Amino acid sequence: MLFTSYEFIGFVALLLVLYYLIPKRFQWMLLLVASYVFYILADPMYLPYILVTTFTTYAAALIMQKDADKTSDYLKLHKEDMEKDARKAYKAARKKVRARVMTLCILINVGILMFVKYVNFIIGNVNSVLQVGDPAGQFALLDVIVPMGISFYTFMALSYLIDVYRGTVRAESNPGKLALFITFFPHIVQGPISRYGDLSVTLFEEHAFDKTKVSFGLQRIMWGFFKKLVVADRIMPAVTTVIGDTEGGHRGMYALVCVIFYTIELYADFTGGIDITIGIAEALGITVKENFERPYFSMSLKEYWRRWHITMCSWFRDYIFYPVSGSKWLQKFTKFSRKTFGEKVGRRLPVYISSFIVWFTTGLWHGASWNFIVWGLLNYLVLMISEEFEPLYDRFHNRFKWSNTRAYDLFRILRTFLLICVLNLFDCFEHVGDTFKMLASIFTVHNWNELAEGGLLNIGMSGLDYLIILLAVIVMITVSLLQRKESVRVQIAALKYPVRVLIWFGLFLCILLVGAYGIGYDSSQFIYNRF
Amino acid sequence: MEELLEILSNLHPDVDFENEEGLIDNMILDSFDIVTLISEISENFDVTISAEHIIPDNFNSAKALYALIEKLEDED
Repeated sequence: MLFTSYEFIGFVALLLVLYYLIPKRFQWMLLLVASYVFYILADPMYLPYILVTTFTTYAAALIMQKDADKTSDYLKLHKEDMEKDARKAYKAARKKVRARVMTLCILINVGILMFVKYVNFIIGNVNSVLQVGDPAGQFALLDVIVPMGISFYTFMALSYLIDVYRGTVRAESNPGKLALFITFFPHIVQGPISRYGDLSVTLFEEHAFDKTKVSFGLQRIMWGFFKKLVVADRIMPAVTTVIGDTEGGHRGMYALVCVIFYTIELYADFTGGIDITIGIAEALGITVKENFERPYFSMSLKEYWRRWHITMCSWFRDYIFYPVSGSKWLQKFTKFSRKTFGEKVGRRLPVYISSFIVWFTTGLWHGASWNFIVWGLLNYLVLMISEEFEPLYDRFHNRFKWSNTRAYDLFRILRTFLLICVLNLFDCFEHVGDTFKMLASIFTVHNWNELAEGGLLNIGMSGLDYLIILLAVIVMITVSLLQRKESVRVQIAALKYPVRVLIWFGLFLCILLVGAYGIGYDSSQFIYNRF
Repeated sequence: MEELLEILSNLHPDVDFENEEGLIDNMILDSFDIVTLISEISENFDVTISAEHIIPDNFNSAKALYALIEKLEDED
């Protein structure tokens, strides 16, 4: 059931009605049933995977919590008769036991994720390395099911498990509630990667019907549909035509257009999907963390990664970057590298190592192929180079006052946008070489004359499509600019009633009249669903 | 505290660490700075700051960070 299907709209509408009609204490149970129905409708074969993750995470967290409580009680009871060293040793010993439970659960769940997502990638690479020419001699690829949203729900389960181990959240004793946290249907398709401590507060609360929350939620859903159906799905044919042209006829000027179009599509698709997710949750009275903060207005790649897919980035920061950085082996290595390479280089090496691990895994998380790994490592390379050049940038800004003007800021935004465009292209081609060829063609194939000859009208988009995209992009930029002050919906709510009606009815009409859906259109799956 | 202020000043000489209360919230310290800090503190104070301690509350001011170091020293 796609987010953009009539069935889904009916499903959400029915759920909303039932949600506010039934006794409030049953609301979370209704959400649990709805989430499982949504998941089973996608494919019943997905069910065992998510059940294993839910059960193992629930059991491991509960075991850890009981042990932590027992340890605490024991230490309180023996406060007077235990020496400090003995208390410390006891605490350390118990923590080790909890660490083992956590590790086992992580191994099971990461193991499942690795198996379903990466086993064929590994087999393919082994076959390449062995260079067995005869297919009969190669290892056969496995017919593996990749459950919907596995990358997202596994990461959510792991964050919950690690938070319980760290003692930042208490383990959930009700298996149904934990199951709802993991399967909550609006965010199972493409996130955001919510944390238990954030989501559980409103997820299990009883919610009375709140007109403002419901209407704000529906408005946000509508805005998400606008981005997905009017922008992303309408621009997609041009992107797939250029990328799919294996003969290489659409290169040069077409490659440049495709690079920019794909970045627009990715933004409209992903943020549109998240708008629908957050909107549904809001209408249900549930707060889901924001995943974006006007990312294409970033003035550097570093800033971009603070504003794009925020919940994924903070996940990697909190559960990989910091633990690796603070690990004993890396601290030992830091001491060694300081002695060996001197203070300046020695103190930067741990950051390089932790960041490398983070970007390698971020690439791998996005997909089981080399293009994603290269994408991750290129991000890493640019970020590290920028980090090294930071003192130089500071001197530059201090020396040249014009570099602190709005015009220069705009230049930095455009420069960052183009850099993102180039990096995003690695999403599109499975073979890294094809991406480089495509990018190189922008400079080597001189076919700009085809622009005047209407070449862009032959890549799956009509003149009307271009006009609609242009206007829609202007609307999206305007909304982003308005968001700097406060939520656009709050600003609209402060307007007079006829203006408000005009705006929301206008948006509704736009989706209805110019959205890419209906007979003849096949509203496409969200891009991030495949990750 | 003096030692900690010196470590922080080496990272960002232009910041008033004695009075700044929003080192994380105001994005003065980024994750790179945090990693450098962890390693500097481990070197100078002989305590280990693990990932569970890396939360904004512990890093928002020099005072909060020093309180964390004292707490970890006490635990050790």
